[in-house]
Amino acid sequence: MSEEKHLVQEFVTVEASNLLNVVQDLKAEGYRLGQICAAKLAEGYQLLYSFDKDHVLKNLKLPVAEVGELPSITLIYWPAFIYENEMQDLFGFKFRNLALDYNGKFFKVSAPTPWKGEEK
Amino acid sequence: MSKRTIIPFGPQHPVLPEPVHLDLVIEDERVVEAIPSIGYIHRGLEKLVEKREYTEMVYVIERVCGICSFGHGWGYCKSVEGNMEIVVPERAEYLRCIWHELSRIHSHLLWLGLLADGFGFESLFMHSWRIRESILDIFEKTTGGRVIFSVCKLGGVRKDISAEGLAEIAGILEGIKGELTELTEVFLEDYSVKNRLVGVGKLSYSDAVELCTVGPMARASGVVQDIRLDGHGAYGKLDFAPVTEEAGDCYARCKVRIREVFQSIAMITQAIAQIPEGDIAVPVKGMPQGEFVARMEQPRGEAYYYSIGNGSKFLQRMRVRTPTNMNIPAMVKTLQGCDLADVPMLILTIDPCISCTER
Repeated sequence: MSEEKHLVQEFVTVEASNLLNVVQDLKAEGYRLGQICAAKLAEGYQLLYSFDKDHVLKNLKLPVAEVGELPSITLIYWPAFIYENEMQDLFGFKFRNLALDYNGKFFKVSAPTPWKGEEK
Repeated sequence: MSKRTIIPFGPQHPVLPEPVHLDLVIEDERVVEAIPSIGYIHRGLEKLVEKREYTEMVYVIERVCGICSFGHGWGYCKSVEGNMEIVVPERAEYLRCIWHELSRIHSHLLWLGLLADGFGFESLFMHSWRIRESILDIFEKTTGGRVIFSVCKLGGVRKDISAEGLAEIAGILEGIKGELTELTEVFLEDYSVKNRLVGVGKLSYSDAVELCTVGPMARASGVVQDIRLDGHGAYGKLDFAPVTEEAGDCYARCKVRIREVFQSIAMITQAIAQIPEGDIAVPVKGMPQGEFVARMEQPRGEAYYYSIGNGSKFLQRMRVRTPTNMNIPAMVKTLQGCDLADVPMLILTIDPCISCTER
């Protein structure tokens, strides 16, 4: 019989300047990268980094005012290249030191950065 | 030093039901690097949250995939139910679990057929899919659909299964166990099958962990990881342990999936024995306002469903992260060093679903 770990929802807000340190610590603690996604909110954008350890989730929220350049975590978690390229193609974010950069050609979309929306 | 050549693999290829492209850098007949490229069938399904009410969006999310559609619908409902703090009736949780495990059997049998087809064993392919038909018949009888069921809704499920219906399902599953045992013997003991799978495409335990691999791909490398262990739905009340193997090769991945078919039958049998009487849905009131990350163990592995509500009838964001997303890096890794002739087998054994991946 299992505990109800699925109800545990931990969200921690981080800043871009501190992102790599926090992610590095999570890696050292044995966390596995689950997913990364971007969302356009009423004001600005938010990136969500989800990590798992023993079936319990930890989510890092990175609020950003506008689409711009962010640090890549691919030097810590190489599989993150999938998500960072996706966010580059759909939202227009640019990731510094992206280990495998498709330069906007990972998704074949008919219009560039279709999910970026109108910025205020 | 051998000359390096780049061979394009896909997006159209006999072993690929869906389009993915790989640039295979080879030296003689050996792959030294593989660069994946996707995006041929990106449908922008997540973007539709801006135009579909949160109660309707389940029909869109179900269409992320035609094989694990029920699990996607459940994952979406779970995320929004978590967001709105809706408590689903216990009977509905059991019914969801039964349909989800039936989907796993259907998915794995489909995959086994494709694998057999991939290495040219056509009768094995036909037998796998013949048995799978029995599962599709159960879907049709209990939900009305064979591919998309639309039986999962926010707050519960849309249809109940009678006691007689549940007994019939248990009987059908008991009946196909014998046929599955015969099939298993061929998949795991036949010389020609082993020749194509044993020792091919090895992924070590440390690589599986480092590459954040999920599902049968991870479990075949000894990683004990199964989101059903987080206690969601009726899973917290069922007795099971993740199926794992140690070898990490194509054969181990095949073995894990075959053992999971038997495991799913055992779990459905348990669920049928335990399912309580009661309601199958609760009314859903209000609008989602908050956020919730739900996870499912789909047949191909862990999937994420992240919803953000803004108090309106439209969600601010709906994110679906499917298992193949997370297994592409491992596929790239295992392709490095393999023989060109083994590439199709290797790609097949991650059970890629590109429609899921691109959404």
